[in-house]
Amino acid sequence: MSAQPLLSVRDLRVGFTTEAGRLQAVNGVSFELAAGEVLAIVGESGSGKSVTAQTILGLTRSPNATIEGSVSLRGAELLDAGEAELRKVRGAEIAMIFQDPMTSLNPVYRVGAQLVEAIRAHDASVSKDAGRKRAIELLDAVGIADAERRVDDYPHEFSGGMRQRAMIAMGLTLEPDVLIADEPTTALDVTIQAQILRLLEDLNRERNLATILITHDLGVVAEMADRVLVMYAGRVVEAGTLDEIFYDPQHPYTWGLLGSLSRLDRPRPRRLPQISGAPPSLLAPPSGCAFRPRCPHEFGKCSSLPGLEARIEDGPDHADRCWLKPAKKRELREVEGRIGLEAPAA
Amino acid sequence: MARFIARRLIGMVLVLFAISVIVFAIFNVIPNSDPAVRMAGKNADAQLIENVTKEWGFDKSLPEQYATTMKKIFTGDLISYSSQLNVDEKIVEGIPQTFSLCIGAAVIWMFFGILFGYLSAIRAGGWLDRVLTVVSVAGISIPVVWLGVILLNFFCYKLELFPASGYVGLTEDPVQWAYHLILPWLTLAFISVGFYSRVLRSNMLDAMNEDYVRTARAKGLSERRVMSRHVLRNSLIPIVTLFGLDFGATLGGGAILTEAVFSLEGIGQYAYEATANLDLPPIMAITLFGAFFIVFFNAVVDVAYAYLDPRVRLGTSAQ
Amino acid sequence: MSAESLVEISNLVKHFPIKKGLLIDREVDQVRAVDDVSLTINRGETLGLVGESGSGKSTLCRAVLQLLTPTSGSVHFEGEEIAGLSRRQMRPFRRQMQMIFQDPYASLNPRKRVGQIVGDPLKLQGVASGGELRGQVQELLERVGLSSEHYNRFPHEFSGGQRQRIGIARAIALKPKLIVADEPVSALDVSIQAQVINLLDDLQDELGLTYLFVAHDIGVVRHISDRIAVMHNGKIVETGSADQVCEQPSDAYTKQLLASVPIPDPRESRARRRRAAAG
Repeated sequence: MSAQPLLSVRDLRVGFTTEAGRLQAVNGVSFELAAGEVLAIVGESGSGKSVTAQTILGLTRSPNATIEGSVSLRGAELLDAGEAELRKVRGAEIAMIFQDPMTSLNPVYRVGAQLVEAIRAHDASVSKDAGRKRAIELLDAVGIADAERRVDDYPHEFSGGMRQRAMIAMGLTLEPDVLIADEPTTALDVTIQAQILRLLEDLNRERNLATILITHDLGVVAEMADRVLVMYAGRVVEAGTLDEIFYDPQHPYTWGLLGSLSRLDRPRPRRLPQISGAPPSLLAPPSGCAFRPRCPHEFGKCSSLPGLEARIEDGPDHADRCWLKPAKKRELREVEGRIGLEAPAA
Repeated sequence: MARFIARRLIGMVLVLFAISVIVFAIFNVIPNSDPAVRMAGKNADAQLIENVTKEWGFDKSLPEQYATTMKKIFTGDLISYSSQLNVDEKIVEGIPQTFSLCIGAAVIWMFFGILFGYLSAIRAGGWLDRVLTVVSVAGISIPVVWLGVILLNFFCYKLELFPASGYVGLTEDPVQWAYHLILPWLTLAFISVGFYSRVLRSNMLDAMNEDYVRTARAKGLSERRVMSRHVLRNSLIPIVTLFGLDFGATLGGGAILTEAVFSLEGIGQYAYEATANLDLPPIMAITLFGAFFIVFFNAVVDVAYAYLDPRVRLGTSAQ
Repeated sequence: MSAESLVEISNLVKHFPIKKGLLIDREVDQVRAVDDVSLTINRGETLGLVGESGSGKSTLCRAVLQLLTPTSGSVHFEGEEIAGLSRRQMRPFRRQMQMIFQDPYASLNPRKRVGQIVGDPLKLQGVASGGELRGQVQELLERVGLSSEHYNRFPHEFSGGQRQRIGIARAIALKPKLIVADEPVSALDVSIQAQVINLLDDLQDELGLTYLFVAHDIGVVRHISDRIAVMHNGKIVETGSADQVCEQPSDAYTKQLLASVPIPDPRESRARRRRAAAG
């Protein structure tokens, strides 16, 4: 099967020059997104996941940013596209929603007006009335009750969950093919989170909307994703299908993340497994494998950076950056009957 | 809304009352302020002073004097101690000059203040920004009087480009009206241009980092639209409220020095002269006049703010 | 009241008035942030308080510690009534109850050095001064996993997890009996959350602390708590042992809450949804 992927990112590198020095936020990230697929990018602060997503839409362009590599949408290169071309893509082909719906909507304009603005920015011939009708349709489609009345409300009159729905509606106005959701539920209560995730799933299914879901919450990943990318210190350290990542993880960082989860449906561990240390400073990252200082299984070879390669025979799309042999990995990741990251017993 | 207006009206009355009492009290505590002595002239003897005192009612108790003065202000009977002219009439005569000066200057300072602030923000760090910053800081630092006198000296006396004083009514001759007012306008506006451009620049730089601006870009809006509809619009809210208060204060007495330097014979200049002569009635009346505008514009600003920022709507609560 | 209970909260109410009126403010309604709450916190235990935003859990914390004056009801600390006490009367109690806050970036004064932040409670309560103070502070820093070298640094030089450790050091400085932790790990990265939770666990064993642990993440609360109370709209809707509340909840809201938590296991997650679809 060699269908051309919808979105293709190759060796993306994004660096910022700051007062404190040069910061490499994204250090060689590659992945593909097929039509209708849900790709989850998992990582903590400093992993580069948000910068990657924003760079796809050209939102990180600035005088002190150096952007290299390739991002192509259906074969058309976006990284060196001009502003005018990029504007056509934004919202219309790739839409993005952000973490905090409270601050992501302009507080002085009505919600409906902000949706209409998105519509008319791409097609000035749409009349205000037609735009308003479409806005009401969209608010309704994302599950906002009484959309006819709500369309004239201001953002502060919406609850947190409703605001996020409105953001999603805004993302859908032009029927894009890709939706990038950057931590869409992190700022929401867990009951509202469940509703928003359900909405995103429905949209993905009904509209064949390819989704890049950026999150640190593995529970969210387990519910929604088809494929998963695990990022650490600006690089992809593991990539595979949902089941591969959860049931056959190959990178110690992934073991650590899975191990430190508190699962409601399992008995409590005596002590909450943790990953010692902290994410590295991107101003002075460690040489070789960036996870090395925190990895209890590190050995000599780790001083040189492992490439992102598929190392298992029956997992050609399951790639990771760890020098350990697959057999050894299977042994090391078993901690007290579950997957975890701990020093091997002496 | 009705609640707001009712409260504001009562507040206004109370504030004006308090101010009038304070001014009256201060005046009666200042040394050498016995108006009878001043009115009677240089070589007055005790008898003359006593006559004047009786005639003008200065022998009555202070609260009584206060009540009489206040009554006269509102009935239009107030007479100035030094010039014997009707205070209220003189104030009304001065209105065109003062209003022309203040409104014209306000238009100029807002236009340039916003323009410079906007340019500084979108070209932050560049040479234009630096030049405008120097201009702004100069504007804020230079005293009005000094600037007025320098401009007067240079453009009126040395170069003889502009008339040195006097006022021509707008209805009489618009060109001459503006011609006479250009220098006073620039003098009064210079400081404020500096101030507003700094404030707008700062607000815009903050707004540009806001999440909703990122959303606007992600929607595919043009940079110009992002800047005007999202960044500028939100940055103007504090500017508008500042302006309201500023304009009220200027109208209420902030233009005194400019009027004096350029001899515009407006209310400000009248206040200046009355103060120099320790003439209480005009001071009382003008102070109340000015205080009224300040309080009024305070209220206008609050209403405007609610209009501009829906989060602050009076009487509405978020669900 | 048993000898075991450290804090006894009875019928605690905290209302915030909504005022309206033309000239004079009249109270027309109230926001019932805490609406008749009764809870017991036993000595040495961790009571987890779970609720979503608007449930009133933060207000409850502050009302218990008398950082807000309760509208009515009582709070007994070791048998003594502290609700409604004046600031002066509360002073001796303040040594025994401390708080850890959610936002590690906002809860530390950026102008003060770490040593000062941790040492201030000791100084204010007259426990130590000078060289002895410094020694105690350095010991505290080491105990929470920092280094005594960090004494002279400023908060902005530390990461979120480290700042939270500083906050913990400050909270245990006076050797309190009760620590109220209001969402202490919500703002931290997942891999750091576990570190801080484990630290709190260790400190509890070492110092015999009692915790009121507030969070919206049920998984975390379940791990650290002995008992759990679930709060909704200002009321406690369920209490019980941690395992009991999480495995066999009796209240409808609790059930909904638990059902909304995503299961970080794809097969289980799919199975749960199949079950839900089958009805």
